[in-house]
Amino acid sequence: MSDTQKQIHLAAHFPGVNNTTVWSDPEAGSQIDFASFSHFARTAERAKFDFLFLAEGLRLREQGGEIYDLDVVGRPDTFTVLAALAAVTDRIGLAGTINSTFNEPYEVARQFASLDHLSAGRAAWNVVTSWDAFTGENFRRGGFLAEADRYTRAEQFLRTAWKLFDSWADGEVLADRESGRFLRTADAGTFAHRDQHFDIAGRFNVPRSPQGRPVIFQAGDSDQGREFAAATADAIFSRHSAPEAGRVFYRDVKGRLARHGRKPDELLILPAATFVLGDTDAEAEDRAHEVRRSQVSGQTAIKFLEHVWNRDLSGYDPDGPLPDIDPDTGEHTVARGRASVRMVRDPLATASEWRQRAKAEGLSIRELVIETSARQTFIGSPATVAAAVNAAVQSEASDGFILAPHLVPGGLDEFAATVVPLLQERGVFRTEYEGSTLRDHLGLRTPGA
Amino acid sequence: MSPSPTPSSPPAPLHLAVALDGAGWHPASWRDPRSRPDRLFTAGYWLEAVQEAERGLIDFVTFEDALSLQSTDPAGDDRRTDQVRGRLDAVLTASAVAPLTRHIGLVPTAVVTHTEPFHLAKAVATLDHVSRGRAGVRVRVSASAHEAAHFGRRTLPEFRPQDLGLPGTRELVRELFGEAADYVEVLRRLWDSWEDDAEIRDSATGRFIDRAKLHYIDFEGDRFSVKGPSITPRSPQGQPPVTALAHASVPYGLVASSADVGYITPHDAAGARAVTDEILTARDDAGRGGDTIHVFGDLVVFLDGTAAAAKARRQRLDETAGAPLTSDAEVFTGTPAELADLLVDWQRAGLTGYRLRPAVTAHDLPAISRGLVPELQSRGAFRRAYEADSLRGLLGLARPANRYARVRAGGQS
Repeated sequence: MSDTQKQIHLAAHFPGVNNTTVWSDPEAGSQIDFASFSHFARTAERAKFDFLFLAEGLRLREQGGEIYDLDVVGRPDTFTVLAALAAVTDRIGLAGTINSTFNEPYEVARQFASLDHLSAGRAAWNVVTSWDAFTGENFRRGGFLAEADRYTRAEQFLRTAWKLFDSWADGEVLADRESGRFLRTADAGTFAHRDQHFDIAGRFNVPRSPQGRPVIFQAGDSDQGREFAAATADAIFSRHSAPEAGRVFYRDVKGRLARHGRKPDELLILPAATFVLGDTDAEAEDRAHEVRRSQVSGQTAIKFLEHVWNRDLSGYDPDGPLPDIDPDTGEHTVARGRASVRMVRDPLATASEWRQRAKAEGLSIRELVIETSARQTFIGSPATVAAAVNAAVQSEASDGFILAPHLVPGGLDEFAATVVPLLQERGVFRTEYEGSTLRDHLGLRTPGA
Repeated sequence: MSPSPTPSSPPAPLHLAVALDGAGWHPASWRDPRSRPDRLFTAGYWLEAVQEAERGLIDFVTFEDALSLQSTDPAGDDRRTDQVRGRLDAVLTASAVAPLTRHIGLVPTAVVTHTEPFHLAKAVATLDHVSRGRAGVRVRVSASAHEAAHFGRRTLPEFRPQDLGLPGTRELVRELFGEAADYVEVLRRLWDSWEDDAEIRDSATGRFIDRAKLHYIDFEGDRFSVKGPSITPRSPQGQPPVTALAHASVPYGLVASSADVGYITPHDAAGARAVTDEILTARDDAGRGGDTIHVFGDLVVFLDGTAAAAKARRQRLDETAGAPLTSDAEVFTGTPAELADLLVDWQRAGLTGYRLRPAVTAHDLPAISRGLVPELQSRGAFRRAYEADSLRGLLGLARPANRYARVRAGGQS
């Protein structure tokens, strides 16, 4: 064991409303029952993972004017599930995605501070933004935000929440029965904040929580999103899980930290990753092929293509060639409520690139979609996967991974039982939790009030 | 209307709830030697309290909450340091208790004036999923200017109790409660926005859900509109019970139009009768004549082995606090047997249950579960075992049919 080896961070994403989840598998359980969440969380905790992660959506996705029905639809409330998981776990971090557009800082800050208290210091907040009127139709304010303003609001939201978290000093609650002093001072929780988006003042009503503030995660990949993360986040969810792209992203984001007065180890880079295991590499490849076919049915492939083409492509044969018509570059109306649609910044270029690739490699629509959207990050025997995970981290393609298995609730079991012990043998992953808070697991310092 | 029971006939079983707030409802409760005020902000504190209530076969517990710091001054901040200040989010606290309890209902308070009905609908539905059918919610209106300032989205005039009779204040109260009624309507529509069997996992067609069984709620009101459907599938109870505390006619109207359980604060049997009649009449006027609405009396309780001991304890706490206890609710001081007499007596005035507020949680909650409950059981007035797995079941409320499924079925016939 070399003591220059980086320690790997591992987290588990409970998979849901996307085509990662293979709901048709006979072993697939409920996506809603709490038993699924507790099984998943306990498996991750037994494997000493850093945290469990829940995504969020605030409106059911639609395609062609109808609710999308091919993938898992429906999920529970993030805060409520995480609070319940706090009761059935002891150490694992509890990370939830909460939108900064359709919430208010006072309420979100008290929910996260409460979660941090109830979990004894294990809360993390993945700050996401939205702006669209589609999601806004479920909320009092409607679609009130211009796309360009979403990060401004997110950053001001976060700074406002920090002010609320910091409005109670550590040790403010004396609860001293003898002297009759419950609070140390009459000013606990006093705050005032005013900026472009928020003008609030008064008293925050949750005492400072074990971590001071929840750990902050960010997922943005645009230049603005990366800069926001470099300025404010403790960890960044990246989608660059391939080694070379990972290293480029890693260098870029870590390089942005200095101008915000931060050190490289103050922001962890954690790409989302999928995996398929087998007793041998060949067996894993076979299983991976099966999983991909289950994730991308012919119908799913057509729907996926419609995200780029912004047209009804239901007349096309998924086993045939890509459409030779160009995407409709007007306002995107076919698929609504999907983050992946926003990733396609230039549909014409994407379509042209995909057509060329399909032609060159002889891929059908379904095969092309599998190649572009459903490639697993890690495929192989436990030894192969452990080596690949470790190589990525040691070569600074990431600080670890957020693993999204394709099965609920048991999709993590095999990884926990076979890959984790190999990483532990290599001395690159903990065998016991060293601390009790998520900040401890991530090696982040607890901020002073 | 069933005839009043004769004095010799056994009373109908009562429903009992316990209201949890801080270390108890007396401002000095946290200084009682049995209290553990240093643990108020831990999950363990709340779990122990709820488990104690569950030991007493209590129907449900409520968790107080607000979007502001506690204060004795209704107009704002009292800057006191000698009382419990700070509290955890009630929905999250209830949820953190859910997996480690089995039968008792969990009813967090939610402020409806500043929050999003979409968020609360999925949170309470999720609490129902994680507790397997034991969730409810207590909706609370906030007319406080300083609470509004924590959100900065609307400005409310400074609220003073003495202004309640003024036309402007009356109008504001009516508006806020009207908004609350809309809010509850949105909760209920969102809870029904998924039919029970919407998830089909049909491998043949590749569909996870039958989208015909998901419904846009298309709510349009004066204050907000909500499209729907919910992101959370229908929960075990379908509609978790909605509850509200009410002290005057406008709030009684909210109970009558929107709630399954109303908490009122009578000070004698005649008062209980008058308010219960008003609520049930308003319920009939609102077209809910067929619906059960429970009317619970709220009482602050000091319970000891002798009335003198209870009185002396109350006095000691008052001295510690520096002022006699004041409350919107009647304060009962005495023995479990005396309290049982009162509960059975007022029940004849139309109350179907009570929400007891322990003056000191660490003292009066065990006195309820281990003293009052056996006393009521010996009179045939309280359950001897949990007879149902859901909160609705405990309250004798049927699981409601989904309104959208009903419409769909009707349309097909």
